[in-house]
Amino acid sequence: MSTVEKGQVMTANRLRDGDAVFLTRAGIWSEKIDDAALVQEPQATAALEARAADAVITNHITGQYLIDAERIDGKIRAALTRERIRTLGPSVRTDLGKQATGTAGAFAAVEG
Amino acid sequence: MYRYDEFDHQFVSERTAQFRDQANRRMSGELTEDEFRPLRLMNGLYLQLHAYMLRVAIPYGTLSGKQMRQLAYIADKYDRGYGHFTTRQNIQYNWIKLEETADILQALADVEMHAIQTSGNCIRNVTTDHWAGAAADELLDPRPIGELIRQWSSLHPEFSFLPRKFKFAITGAPHDRAAVKVHDIGLRAHKNDKGETGWEVMVGGGQGRTPMIAVTVREFLPEKEVIPYMEAIMRVYNLFGRRDNKYKARIKILMHELGAEKFKAEVEAEYARHPVQTTEVEQRELTRIEKYFAQPSFEKMSRFAPHFENAKRENVDFTRWAKNNLATHQVDGYTIVNISLKPEGGIPGDASGEQMRVMATLAERYSFDEMRVSHAQNIVLPHVKLEDTFAIWQVLKANDLAAANYGLIGDIIACPGLDYCALATARSIPIAQAISRKFADVKKQEEYGPVKLNISGCINACGHHHVGHIGILGLDKKGEEFYQITLGGSSSENASIGTILGPGFAAHEVPDAIETILNTYVKLREPGEEFLGAYRRLGPKPFKEALYATA
Amino acid sequence: MPLLKNNQFVNDEWTRVADADALPEGAKIIVNSARLIQDWDLLAKYTGLLGVSIANNERAEILTPYLSQLSLIVLNFPAYTDGRAYSQAKDLRLDGYRGELRAEGNLLLDQFQFMHQVGFDSFAVNERFALQQWQAASKQMSLAYQRGLFRISGEREVWSQRHQGFAPWEEQPHAG
Repeated sequence: MSTVEKGQVMTANRLRDGDAVFLTRAGIWSEKIDDAALVQEPQATAALEARAADAVITNHITGQYLIDAERIDGKIRAALTRERIRTLGPSVRTDLGKQATGTAGAFAAVEG
Repeated sequence: MYRYDEFDHQFVSERTAQFRDQANRRMSGELTEDEFRPLRLMNGLYLQLHAYMLRVAIPYGTLSGKQMRQLAYIADKYDRGYGHFTTRQNIQYNWIKLEETADILQALADVEMHAIQTSGNCIRNVTTDHWAGAAADELLDPRPIGELIRQWSSLHPEFSFLPRKFKFAITGAPHDRAAVKVHDIGLRAHKNDKGETGWEVMVGGGQGRTPMIAVTVREFLPEKEVIPYMEAIMRVYNLFGRRDNKYKARIKILMHELGAEKFKAEVEAEYARHPVQTTEVEQRELTRIEKYFAQPSFEKMSRFAPHFENAKRENVDFTRWAKNNLATHQVDGYTIVNISLKPEGGIPGDASGEQMRVMATLAERYSFDEMRVSHAQNIVLPHVKLEDTFAIWQVLKANDLAAANYGLIGDIIACPGLDYCALATARSIPIAQAISRKFADVKKQEEYGPVKLNISGCINACGHHHVGHIGILGLDKKGEEFYQITLGGSSSENASIGTILGPGFAAHEVPDAIETILNTYVKLREPGEEFLGAYRRLGPKPFKEALYATA
Repeated sequence: MPLLKNNQFVNDEWTRVADADALPEGAKIIVNSARLIQDWDLLAKYTGLLGVSIANNERAEILTPYLSQLSLIVLNFPAYTDGRAYSQAKDLRLDGYRGELRAEGNLLLDQFQFMHQVGFDSFAVNERFALQQWQAASKQMSLAYQRGLFRISGEREVWSQRHQGFAPWEEQPHAG
């Protein structure tokens, strides 16, 4: 039986190249959503927000925000199609983006 | 074509240096993102879903082989080997890095190009008829006044922080191919009773969430008054345009809220308040610019082109392409070649670096080194000998550029949508691809005749869905993409805004819905009646009935 | 808040007088537009120098009858993205106002040259930027396509340069 854990993930774009990145438990910004910290408690969310604000000040990232997501068998799926596209790359050019460079999330942008 | 002189070169190179400094200040943290955003936008740099996106200006859609080659070079070196031609006659790159942007701007400056004011709340790239200087019905070439406006609007100190973006479109022909009535300002050349040439000034058209058709504020503006009169309109807008709500900030809303008469009175009062000292310099500058747009040295030729006729007899595919993709030129023996960037199942408006180089070579060899980008996201070779078209077609065919669907249902306008764009609510491209596959057979497309199908991935309407004969708007309903269909829009001289037919469709239902609409038209049309004409005669009712009867 | 004039920091000699306050004798005072219009009979005889501040949603024309007796007009940029005061400034200069025209509010380096070009000649700036940053920002571009600009940094007007025999359009404002 698969385990499903709902929560939120902090995402942003890296300032220098604009790539979509996700905040990990270790405080690193990873290109891969599966590395991200998925949090539920307000305290944990606040900690992600504080870390992101720090990364804005050090000019590492820009445009940070929390997204709804769930972890299914250790892999993270963003709730919105938009965010799933960000974890993969364009659905019409599967030769490009994270899906082509081995940093893709595990879930398709649109099911079925 | 316009060529930079020392001033233009210096202007663009200083501007590039300025942006390099701004980008460095951003990366060092001296500028915050909030402060940097309007600066990067004024240089065409957006932050999108996967990376930065850079929109490069192609003023009035005209470019040379050398410029196209440089666009290909940028695609290959700084992007992922392709670019996307847009509905504003520009090109945008989807995989740009902030740290490389200044280098790209320098590469553009090297070929007399830039990305100035391709975004931001300022005067955007001026667009015109993509057949300017070539179309048989043209009264005058709209590009010289377009270049004058480009220069005047570049880093205009008074009009760089407007309430919202501001778009000009200009046509020099009675048949409007530049969609001037759905722009903030549209200019149309015509002659008065005395035979003098002047401009009809239309204000307050636009698409977005509140589509409107422009209102004529001056029937006939003498050419020498264009710049001062535009200043008066811009000043009224800058002072009184709404800034409290970005969705109500375009000039069309000011026009709507004041009422056309009050708006005109404000402009005329502003214009009268500060009479210009002289416009002689502007006129001399226009004359200087006009020289660059002198007709190329066409050969005197017969209208009959034997090689062309032979090729048509021998090759059915070529015949079909020639019938759909060539347009009548001003000069006997010449034609306008429309290269469709809409291959079956392709991404509308996308071209690879290699394809760009192929088109550049064709332009250099066969079209006086000139190309145009059309607002329908195609490329035009404006001045081609009929006798050369078969050779051109063979090259196009070998490079997946010979789609024979120009002006037909397969010639779809689509914005990048949710596959790339941070503002989008749904994907556009997969819808365009599915429709183009559904109607892959060009013979079938020809049976439907001229149909403009336009797709936008959000209410901002970059894909011009409001003015498509058939418009599709992608929306989000509780996390699901769905698509609203409108009928009866047009961006021509008889412009109209499309009417929403009814409830939206899931993505997989859209191609069938389009087929139902087209078949309804075929069933009800009168002999020779095109889709738009039939819709205007019939109204939405029969289409609604056909579409929702089985649903 | 430093005042920037002629690319130098200077002392601000002007005093803002609130609506209800009495006028100090022989000073340099700034009143708002409502008071200027309402108390004009009194203010016309004022012994010092008179300045006025207008909001950016007021029409500059309301000052037309008073321009010759004003020594300072203050325009406001509540946000650097709100460009209304550029047109107010241009309007006032086209109306012939040649006194000091001051920008205040959210002023940033990258708009500094634009402000000069429409006729501002003093700037109430914040302390964030050093003087040499403002000085550099005042001459980022050495050219302008538009005519009729104020060209403090000696920008060349492209169109006038191209067509010899045409002097640039307008006199430079005198400072203060």
